[in-house]
Amino acid sequence: MPLSLLKYALSREHPAPRFFRDCTEPKKTYDAVIIGGGGHGLAAAYYLAKDFGITNVAVLEKGYIGGGNTGRNTTIVRSNYLTPEGVNFYDASVQMYEGLSQELDINLFYSTRGHFTLAHTESAMRTMRWRAEVNKHVGVESYVVGPEEILKACPQLDISCSGQAPILGALYHAPGSVARHDAVAWGYAKEADRMGVEIFQNTEVTGIDVKSGKVVGVQTNKGYISSGRVLSAVAGFTPRITEMVGIETPIVIHPLQACVSEPMKPWLNTILVSGSLHVYVSQSSRGELVMGSSLDPYEVHSTRSSLDFVEGLSSHIVDMFPFLGNVKVVRQWAGMADITPDFAPIMGKTPVEGFYLDAGWGTWGFKATPISGKTMAETMARDIAPELIKSFRLSRFEEYELTGEKGAASVGH
Amino acid sequence: MTLRIAEKKGEWINRDMPLTFTYEGQTVEAFEGDTMSSALWAAGIKVLGRSFKYHRARGVLSFANHDVNALMTDGVDTNIRADVIPVSHGMELFAVNTEGGVVKDKNRFIDRLSPFLPVGFYYKTFFKPRMMFPFWENKIRKAAGLGKVNFDYPRQLRPKRNAHCDVLIIGAGPSGLSAALTAANHGKQVILVDENRYAGGSLGYDHAADSSTSDKLETLLKQVSEHSNIRLICDAYAGGYYGDHLVPVVGKEGITKVRARSVIVATGAFEQPPVFRNNDLPGVMLGSAAQRLVHRYAVKPFHRGVVVTGNDHGYRTALDLIAGGVEVLALVDMRQQSGDEQLAAAVASKGITIHLASCIYEVIPSSDKLGVAEVVLAGYDEQTASARLEHSSRIACDGVAMSAGWAPAAALLYQAGTKMRYDYAVEQFVPAQLPEGVFAAGKVNGVYDLALRLRDGQRAAADAVRYLGGQDVEQIEVTQSFQLAPSHAYPIVHHPDGKNFVDFDEDIQVKDFINAAKEGFDNIELMKRFTTVGMGPSQGKHSNMNAIRILARIRQLPVEQIGTTTARPFFHPTPLAHLGGRGFHPHRLTAMHEWHVNHGGVMMEAGAWMRPAWYQPQGAKLTAQQAVQQEAMAVRNAAGMIDGSTLGKIEVFGQDAGAFLERFYTGKFADLQFGSSRVALLLDEAGVMVDDGVAARLAEDKFYVSTNSSNAATVYREMQRNLQLWGMSVTLVNLTGAMAAMTLAGPASGSILTELTELDLFEEAFPQGAIRTAEVAGVQARIMRVAFVADLAFEIHVPSSSALHVWQKIMKTGQPFGLRPFGTDAQRLLRLEMGHHLISHDTDGLTNPFEAHAGGLLAMDKAFFTGQRSLQILAAKPVKKQLVKFVLDPGFSAELPKECNLVINAGQITGRVTSIAYSEYLNRVIGMAFVAPDQAANGQQFDIRTDDGLLVKARVVQGSFFKLSAQ
Repeated sequence: MPLSLLKYALSREHPAPRFFRDCTEPKKTYDAVIIGGGGHGLAAAYYLAKDFGITNVAVLEKGYIGGGNTGRNTTIVRSNYLTPEGVNFYDASVQMYEGLSQELDINLFYSTRGHFTLAHTESAMRTMRWRAEVNKHVGVESYVVGPEEILKACPQLDISCSGQAPILGALYHAPGSVARHDAVAWGYAKEADRMGVEIFQNTEVTGIDVKSGKVVGVQTNKGYISSGRVLSAVAGFTPRITEMVGIETPIVIHPLQACVSEPMKPWLNTILVSGSLHVYVSQSSRGELVMGSSLDPYEVHSTRSSLDFVEGLSSHIVDMFPFLGNVKVVRQWAGMADITPDFAPIMGKTPVEGFYLDAGWGTWGFKATPISGKTMAETMARDIAPELIKSFRLSRFEEYELTGEKGAASVGH
Repeated sequence: MTLRIAEKKGEWINRDMPLTFTYEGQTVEAFEGDTMSSALWAAGIKVLGRSFKYHRARGVLSFANHDVNALMTDGVDTNIRADVIPVSHGMELFAVNTEGGVVKDKNRFIDRLSPFLPVGFYYKTFFKPRMMFPFWENKIRKAAGLGKVNFDYPRQLRPKRNAHCDVLIIGAGPSGLSAALTAANHGKQVILVDENRYAGGSLGYDHAADSSTSDKLETLLKQVSEHSNIRLICDAYAGGYYGDHLVPVVGKEGITKVRARSVIVATGAFEQPPVFRNNDLPGVMLGSAAQRLVHRYAVKPFHRGVVVTGNDHGYRTALDLIAGGVEVLALVDMRQQSGDEQLAAAVASKGITIHLASCIYEVIPSSDKLGVAEVVLAGYDEQTASARLEHSSRIACDGVAMSAGWAPAAALLYQAGTKMRYDYAVEQFVPAQLPEGVFAAGKVNGVYDLALRLRDGQRAAADAVRYLGGQDVEQIEVTQSFQLAPSHAYPIVHHPDGKNFVDFDEDIQVKDFINAAKEGFDNIELMKRFTTVGMGPSQGKHSNMNAIRILARIRQLPVEQIGTTTARPFFHPTPLAHLGGRGFHPHRLTAMHEWHVNHGGVMMEAGAWMRPAWYQPQGAKLTAQQAVQQEAMAVRNAAGMIDGSTLGKIEVFGQDAGAFLERFYTGKFADLQFGSSRVALLLDEAGVMVDDGVAARLAEDKFYVSTNSSNAATVYREMQRNLQLWGMSVTLVNLTGAMAAMTLAGPASGSILTELTELDLFEEAFPQGAIRTAEVAGVQARIMRVAFVADLAFEIHVPSSSALHVWQKIMKTGQPFGLRPFGTDAQRLLRLEMGHHLISHDTDGLTNPFEAHAGGLLAMDKAFFTGQRSLQILAAKPVKKQLVKFVLDPGFSAELPKECNLVINAGQITGRVTSIAYSEYLNRVIGMAFVAPDQAANGQQFDIRTDDGLLVKARVVQGSFFKLSAQ
């Protein structure tokens, strides 16, 4: 029992301050406006304040903070990507995550458990090697392992997947972690608020005011706010925001679904992903199996769950772990993933001056929360994108300079 | 059996079938039909489990499938819900998540530490210093979870069924039963589903000592069972509502997926506990749970007890308790006045004192803390939600029945997209706007009086029938008026020492909500996530409503402004094996599959197909590598044959066939001669290479197109999609399964084939790329001259039904020539020797034709083809990488670099190996790789870095590998 809990027992009053103020009336003007109170938006606000002293910032969230994909993802953090640009970027994020609990003074339950991407075919093994080689080159701990090493980390796994899809090997990624996703949003909100950032929940942006190619303000359901710097960090709602400023992106929206089991005594200590079986699974500190699958195959702006998804996922989970047949699924849900053609994000400046975009996060946004916040804050403060995110610029699509993460991102959570 | 009472009419136990089982080692007698909880309760065993967080002793709460603190393991299965799962003879049950037994659980000390563990405590500690987190995390993970999974639990494949009906009615209580009869009487096919073992809902237990209730139920059930239009499914719950009225009905054995034309939700309501200190002790239970114990299982809930209520249902409960032999010592009504005068009079006539405007301030536990000793009564001030202790008194008893009100079982309605509103007359959320074809009846619709519920069922059914086209069906009006709402607006009693539980799954007390709000988590979604209310296995069935009421009070807002959290599937937790079903993994087999297997074919999955990777000749003991080299040598020196039936085969015909292919593929097809073919390269809009097949012209308006095996489905789908977009006069026929194909390759292939066909196979008559129709071994075939694996090779396409015959004939004919079958491994080697790349093996999701030396396949002067616009832009930019052929030094003997090893130049990644193999024929290691453009010149050397970090020198080859061998 840590001594820090003593104060709660000794006090009748709950001796804990608010995480963030209850802001309801926005001011007329801010130095920067951030649309979207998810992890990314809140992190950007935090780093604007911390790294650049820009604290006159409003974060506008149409629902509640962390209520979008921040609270819907399966919380996996990793950096075993395919392109050197991707690996460097996500590795920077992993390194920030490792000290983030201490920095934000909140326990994020950042738990490094190791991450296996299972390969069931020779061609999957080739891709694993490709990723391993690129990772090693950049200095990230990933390597190809055989079935024995997988079984050592997870002896319960049926390596033949019930005879349906025998596992030939895996890409092992030692830094692979899980974290308490909501707490990431809360932690950034707390510290940003402490430095003066104002967070407005239930505040919806209804229009963005652009004059002579420059952003001058946003319309909201709580009135007009003028600002020359506006960041959109709204994941699945990106097309609605970009429409407001009249820029086009190649983003399409696909639902991404996940589900969680009843709690059971923890037994699964690693994170397992199978591209062929479209499964990723880890076990939370509450004892629930957190399970997800690949994107829904169709474009749709909806967070309704489908039976089809949970049937397919369950079938594959039972292939991998035949003994889980009577373990029960408690809850399923969906998020809206903003997908780019090359499965890499869109970050940085846009043709509209002062309008910045943090989008295209598809199924890989949570793991990039700290680094995206930091780099977008720098982009906004200096009006120039840092080197680390240059290859994620919006203009790459018309320049045919794609950052091909398809092989690493499409199912590998 | 200390608490079992005399037979109750309609009881669910079979007294002729006694059984015994053990619980925590103690032998218990019960009857068939008892659930685990009812059997234990009847035996006087009240500690059925320990709570998740504080390890407090818990007993019965609901008997409605959300007694999440009474979970059992029988050694095979775990997290078994004791309140609803029947016990069987010989079971050895234990409560889950205890250490040292449920009574002496070693972790029960945590209850005393609860002041140290305020809401969200785990966010505030365990992480400083950073290195300590793994230590604490390990401890937390040990404490986490409920039951232990049995790793030996057998794999189960459970079937799924499908069903269809006009009206699916969920819930066979009074409103559901009457809805079913109404809809069925209008000629509709009805499926009526109930999660309980028997239909009837509250009619089966909520009698208020009125014996005519069971007669009413009997009549209804008889009518339903005799009605040929009604199919009643009990012991199965509706797991969720999915789009277009798809409802998985989850039974013991599996799932029935019901696709209905309309759905009536008559799921009733969950009784809600009032909140007071120690409302979780074994012996304190919901009124409806007490009623269920009495009427379903003939078990006395306790000997002497108190009823605490916020509505009239407490009065009904009191009467049922008396009917069950319980001595009811007091009825504590949290309201200012009682509602139904008749009920109040009936209760009073039994000599029970009714305490109005009162509450239970707290329950005093017995000395072992495992049960109830006394309750402390006090006045209740609803405004401040506090007890008035100046009027307090104590009553010694061993149980409490609680009836604070109801929460609609509206999960399915929410999932269907229903807009709900808070109705202050009912003090409950009720449907405000239902989606098309979805109807609600009974308690979930805010209707409580029994006669009105029966009528509301008829009303909903009439609405459904009208929705289904029965315009002449009369609309039924249901109007109800309440003197007092069936739910109490704020049945919450604050207590300085807490332990007044709101959520029993997660051990969440009133102060946890107050403190969460203090910390800023003061909207319902954030509060849920911070406190974890409603996130346990019961998904808030007994806790969400009180949480909303508490938050409304904290925020000083009306309840409807607080809103509800999203109700997601599943209604009850649903087993993975049920959802997974039979787990079909279909494979496609070619017509020659048996032949391959019988001739030593080592079969591998290739997409959906099974294909031989290589063959183990009879009696031989070759390694894969040896076999592959022998097969390849046979092709180079004599002949070989591969089953290519997996190729995509699409016939494209119609007057626009040529024009369509010109738009679809990069090359020119409009001017293609009959009887000849061209490579068909498909790009996506970004100019990335997707497939390279062959398109052959059979007639002016008819083409026969083949695709790579792995792309058969993709190409066909893209053709269909583009056809829709372009609106051309073209018909597509996918012959991938109907036609089989085999490739006969090697210098002897012509001589072999000549013996089986009349066709002139000589070079002038049948040049490279030609296609002919002729008989082969008596079967009409399409024959193409191709050069993918060897200079001389014939691709023979025949109907699948005749393919085995043709294959066998050719094999037999070829035997004297040294013909061997070859598999996909040898094919890969052979095409590499020929210098052909494989799309998606040697290319990736970004490769364009300029990078893969495929510029010659681009007819850039065409008006349009998919990807052309992108290529026009790309053509103006320098190429960033180049696919090249390479060799290693002659005599290279170390371990081969592997595919996807990187090409390194001055410490930078410039490319990667895409293919590499040793060729016995060439006696060299050959391969393909992406390199930087300045590394791509003929003869140039580059470095490949192996897995071990060694650099291996490779040399670019720009001509044929065969010329290299000749040098």
